[in-house]
Amino acid sequence: MEIFGLSSSALLSQLLLGLVNGSFYAILSLGLAVIFGLLNVINFSHGAMFMLGAIVTWMAGQYFGINYWVMLLLAPIIVGLIGIVIERLLLRHLYQLDHLYGLLLTFGLTLFIEGVLRSIYGASGLSYSAPQALSGATDLGFMILPNYRAWVVASSLTVCFATWYVIEKTSIGAYLRAGTENPKLVQAFGVNFPLMTTLTYGFGVALAAFSGVLAAPIIQVSPLMGSNLIIIVFAVVVIGGMGSIMGSIVTGLGLGLVEGLTKVFYPEASSTVVFAIMVIVLLFRPAGLFGREK
Amino acid sequence: MKRTLISMAVAALAAVSSGANAADPSAVKIGFITDMSGLYADIDGQGGLEAIKMAVADFGGNVLGKKIEIVSADHQNKADIAASKTREWIDQDGVSVIFGGTNSGTALATSKVAAEKKRIYINNGAGTSALTNEQCTPYTIHYTYDTVALANGSAKGMMDKGLKTWYFLTADYAFGYALEKDATNVINATGGKVLGTSKHPLNASDFSSYLLQAQASKAQVLGLANAGGDTINSVKAANEFGITKTMKIAGLLVFISDVHAIGIQNAQGLLATEAWYWDQNDQTRQFAKRYFEKMKRMPTMVQAGNYSSTMTYLNAVKAAGTNDSDKVMQQMRKVKINDMFTKNGYIRKDGTMVHDMYLYEVKTPSEVESPWKYYKLVATVPGEKAFAPEAYSKCMNK
Repeated sequence: MEIFGLSSSALLSQLLLGLVNGSFYAILSLGLAVIFGLLNVINFSHGAMFMLGAIVTWMAGQYFGINYWVMLLLAPIIVGLIGIVIERLLLRHLYQLDHLYGLLLTFGLTLFIEGVLRSIYGASGLSYSAPQALSGATDLGFMILPNYRAWVVASSLTVCFATWYVIEKTSIGAYLRAGTENPKLVQAFGVNFPLMTTLTYGFGVALAAFSGVLAAPIIQVSPLMGSNLIIIVFAVVVIGGMGSIMGSIVTGLGLGLVEGLTKVFYPEASSTVVFAIMVIVLLFRPAGLFGREK
Repeated sequence: MKRTLISMAVAALAAVSSGANAADPSAVKIGFITDMSGLYADIDGQGGLEAIKMAVADFGGNVLGKKIEIVSADHQNKADIAASKTREWIDQDGVSVIFGGTNSGTALATSKVAAEKKRIYINNGAGTSALTNEQCTPYTIHYTYDTVALANGSAKGMMDKGLKTWYFLTADYAFGYALEKDATNVINATGGKVLGTSKHPLNASDFSSYLLQAQASKAQVLGLANAGGDTINSVKAANEFGITKTMKIAGLLVFISDVHAIGIQNAQGLLATEAWYWDQNDQTRQFAKRYFEKMKRMPTMVQAGNYSSTMTYLNAVKAAGTNDSDKVMQQMRKVKINDMFTKNGYIRKDGTMVHDMYLYEVKTPSEVESPWKYYKLVATVPGEKAFAPEAYSKCMNK
């Protein structure tokens, strides 16, 4: 069967690859959405945190012989702690000011972290292999799918929906959501709001680091790997609606698919299609697809 | 908000004024502009600057009784930045020669501005053969390699192995187009066929989708008409998707730094066309050792080319007794270049520095005795065969 001059199996395989990329977008934009939702900070250092997740994983393997599976848990914790330090020492002081200050601070941090690592490791990056258990590929009939990519989709979707569940369906999530609406009132009920924001930032950053670990065996681990991705992820967040949890997950996956199809039909546009969609969405729904106007 | 705007404006002003010192007649100034921070930074970048510094130091630091000064800038792979920086250097700082590094888009822009101001522009690292053809100038020298030489190395090497059908993965800008076009010429001329092309944006991170299209074409060779970080990620993904089992990868432009970054396991068997390799002979090893002590990595052909071309320029200034662009160009065209970079190299009227090129194959993991010793020589391509014959050059000012 042919669709637009392309066999359905080829189309299916491209959609599957789009889903892999979409999983990265989803988990990264989810972290951004959580942070923006509660802290009102546009976290420009999200790409750097993604990169740190990957580089910490590489370092642990290289210098201490710690394997991928351990790092899948450990890297988010390490990078999450770095995030907590950043929030406590720096970001905290900017909450009362305009959004722009948080954006500039996190942007500056990104340049700093990337610059330092680039001068140590260079721009062409480091190679990290997939763990033994996930190496190899499965023949799906219409394509050969590397097992590792399947794992990326499965694990990031699991983490995304677990996060969604915690925020939307549990009491901790209820505090979080209440805090977004009215922090003063939440504090009046005896909730330690500053601690909550710190942990939320740490968690958002840990999500970025987690996807960094997932990405390490796929793309070259390089100081620049985050900045290549982060602009698209910002577009995803804007399209989904700033701060909307489900919105960022669904939009991330959806845009991955759209981008995948663009790569087949008109590859030259694959780096811009997301932004074209962003423009259209903003024209008709300024708050994004899943956002509510305030 | 207002305060932010003011502080941003101040920062912007500071950034602009820091580079602009008035022209100093007591010094000969060399400008060096390249990608210092992006995907090509390891090919040239800080290492390229270090190589130029080494050349200036080896030359003695002075020429015509004046101190040699180096200014450098990061063009961030943007042609507009390259052009405006070049203009600023020439107009305000009195720079007498510009060395340009990686990225063809920026190279074409810089070359144009330099020629307009009658300043010499020497490029190491940009591929596009347009620099010495349609867009050549009387002041432009293309030193280390061009896309024709790369095609005559890797593409011809593959054809010689009997691999005739190709699919290209092409970086979507001047360099990728030139490389694909020049390789296609070689392929067609030797009885091969190009079955398809995917153009990817510069600095793409995911190549899987293009690779599946390449595989579906059933071509024998996957031609990578890209460079640096893009080549690295292409090769990595090709291994992951098992493309390497059915297709042979021809990296049309592979640097030793790429091989190092990809890792020998994934890079083994790749063909690489190089103008220079650090482990060629005693002279190259000696330079490499000195460079390694400073940068902790082995030099690429571009970085070696930076050293050699700086020496060539300074020698010409000394011999001509002036840094007047026309006289120095004349002097440079007269001499044969014999140094650690090349033997009997010469600069043609169209600006091409004609010299031997080498086709290497990346060793298997068991063959690599120590880090950075990655290549084994397949063939030496004599300069006259590597670069397009002068008679075919589309350069106007012949």
